[in-house]
Amino acid sequence: MAKLTGIDIYKLLPKTNCGDCNFPTCMAFAMQVATKKAALDQCPHVSEEAQLALGEAQAPPMRTVKIGTGEMELVTGGETVLFRHEEKFHHPTGIAIKVTDTLTSEELDARIAQIDRLRFVRVGEEIGVDLVAVEHQEADATRYAETVKRVKEQTKLPLVLLCPDPNALAPVLEAAADGRPLIWAATHDNWEEMASLAVQHKVPLAVRAENLETLAELTGKIKAKGVEDLVLDPAGTDLVDGLTKLSLLRRLALEKVFRPLGYPTLAFAGGESPQAEAAAATAYICRYGGIVVMNGVESWEVLPLLTVRQNIYTDPQVPNAIEAKLYETGNPGPDAPVLFTTNFALTYFTVAGEVENSKVAAYISVIDTEGLGVLNAYADDKLTAEKVIKTVKEQGAMERVNHNKLIIPGLVAVLRMEIQEDSGWEVIVGPEDAAGIPRFLKTEWSPN
Amino acid sequence: MTATIPDVKKSWSSVINTVTIGATVEEGGTRTSAITIGGETTLPVHHFEGEVPHPPVVAVEVWDVPAEDWPDLVKEPFAEVMTDPGAWAKRCVDEYGAQLICLRLAGCDPNGENRSPDEAAKVAKRVLESVGVPLIIWGCGNTDKDNEVFPVVAEAVSGENCLLGTITEDNYKTLTALGTAYHHKLIAESPVDINMAKQVNILALDIGFPPENILIYPSTGALGYGIEYVYSIMQRLRIAGLKGDKVVAMPILCDIGIEVWGVKEAKASEGEVPEWGDARKRGPMWEAATAYVYLLAGADILIMRHPEAVRATKETIARLMGGGGTS
Repeated sequence: MAKLTGIDIYKLLPKTNCGDCNFPTCMAFAMQVATKKAALDQCPHVSEEAQLALGEAQAPPMRTVKIGTGEMELVTGGETVLFRHEEKFHHPTGIAIKVTDTLTSEELDARIAQIDRLRFVRVGEEIGVDLVAVEHQEADATRYAETVKRVKEQTKLPLVLLCPDPNALAPVLEAAADGRPLIWAATHDNWEEMASLAVQHKVPLAVRAENLETLAELTGKIKAKGVEDLVLDPAGTDLVDGLTKLSLLRRLALEKVFRPLGYPTLAFAGGESPQAEAAAATAYICRYGGIVVMNGVESWEVLPLLTVRQNIYTDPQVPNAIEAKLYETGNPGPDAPVLFTTNFALTYFTVAGEVENSKVAAYISVIDTEGLGVLNAYADDKLTAEKVIKTVKEQGAMERVNHNKLIIPGLVAVLRMEIQEDSGWEVIVGPEDAAGIPRFLKTEWSPN
Repeated sequence: MTATIPDVKKSWSSVINTVTIGATVEEGGTRTSAITIGGETTLPVHHFEGEVPHPPVVAVEVWDVPAEDWPDLVKEPFAEVMTDPGAWAKRCVDEYGAQLICLRLAGCDPNGENRSPDEAAKVAKRVLESVGVPLIIWGCGNTDKDNEVFPVVAEAVSGENCLLGTITEDNYKTLTALGTAYHHKLIAESPVDINMAKQVNILALDIGFPPENILIYPSTGALGYGIEYVYSIMQRLRIAGLKGDKVVAMPILCDIGIEVWGVKEAKASEGEVPEWGDARKRGPMWEAATAYVYLLAGADILIMRHPEAVRATKETIARLMGGGGTS
């Protein structure tokens, strides 16, 4: 069902024009509700039926589902756009790493420890793996129960229980449901039992089918059983099929507000090698994967994927700015060069990276340009000689060194004379491109 | 009971330009094969609603001088051939599967070896003699010097239908005239800005350069270093092109190796940052992952460095084109 119009809402009202809502007529009130300028409950006579219908229609087009509890809880879904430039992507793809019940307890412990170590800090933000997916492979169901129990003891990460056998899953949930795991998966064959387990234990449920018709049919039946928190696994047969279905699901949810498929998604990243697996995971992160399940636990594979996710889920409307203060690279002494740059995070991190590359310890004074890069800031009058002098002075950079030289970005060479005359410092024009910094600092810089 | 699924397939009103690089003997050059890219009628991987007639391709980077600045890990595969651009290019093609060679004329940089235009032309000829794939020739980045070098180089490789770069808003006249005179394609560069991408194309088109001979280079950021800005600019460019904006309906090029191999995550040794894992695998992985992201945004040509990253990326392109494999 698409968004309700004023007429749709009017039909749900008592049509008495009583005015108790403070609007002259039911129609006028309906129009206000349609544009969200009034709330339906301002009408004291509205029927429960109408409230329900309207509540449904006003629900967001893609449901938000929570997996796990407490600080490690993963929130997925609730997306509102097809392309990040239209607004932003809201809930970063949950990365789940697989373990199986075929592992010995030593192997299992080692793998869990490895998964727990996959946490890094990038651009001031901690990024890490979100979920452990425990797969049921052994014929013996007690083995699965033991494995889940052990995993739960070892990690705080929420779990995905990859166990489509309701009989094996039921005893596991008795002990594990309090951690609100995602259970996988309801299919054409087992959906009734799986739905019952989800209702009984109040856990989110993944629904798996190879075609979208079956998937929609299943979610309809499962929802009727009382399960609201669903995750869709469209069972891609290869990478193109997987990406195709995720794209179709996103469009159906957002463009058609097609309720049976208005849920977050899950995909398995396949591949013969870590490189191939990473390719699939990257693609699913960029293209609508709510949760991606994978095998790799090496940081050289996982760090790039976590970085892809961090980058793609960055809010494109917020200027990516860092704190304007004096930064140090290496351990700068009194001979160290002093450079300045802007507080656009990308500019700063590029400059800082190149200064690090030069192996010349330095001070970097970061000017508040409201998140603009050098040229844009200059063009917008957010990078002026006056501001540079004021900031560098306030940050006390020149007091840390025994020279009076300031290196300015080559892109604003035009500021050289003004800064030099008004500050009394010797102003040196650095390279236009950050890539030129290492050579510049190694060969041209001298405090004397 | 079967649910009826609404149709959400889109058909776009326009098509991305098709561009061929390289000329075979029949076409007046000496290439054993040419490369054709572009022609998309939909977004990357959306084979269900349109055509992606030509898979994206991987060009491997070769320099006219030994690339001393490259990290050891990416110099290693080319160690004995870096002094001979011909042998270097041949190794890229024969052993590492390069579909094009990108010759970067780094040696012409006045702040480096300051090589002459004639020397640059000789290297370009040498690379053409050594390999049969088409050639991209990228200037040293110093505009004055590039404007001296390209007239000689473009003439020397006349008839080979090379891809030359770059033209920018401030410096497009020389190279555009050369592209017209010697029948080469051009790379139009802009700094992660959709309007500036348009602007540079308009400038070239206004002086009569055909739109079908231009590739867009919207700048490239490494994974972790602004890739998301470029990603969104590329998506917007591609969507605008598919909606009929002829000024941006060009294939897109990404210069990946030069960006990736400057960042710490690609080049730091395991000793420096133990928690990042095996450096020999991490560097190529960083380069490949950067390429994967751009493939999903609409990249048509990827310029890369490390053989392992090239291999993995080509494999992924085949997979994204519907070449099967796993999910």
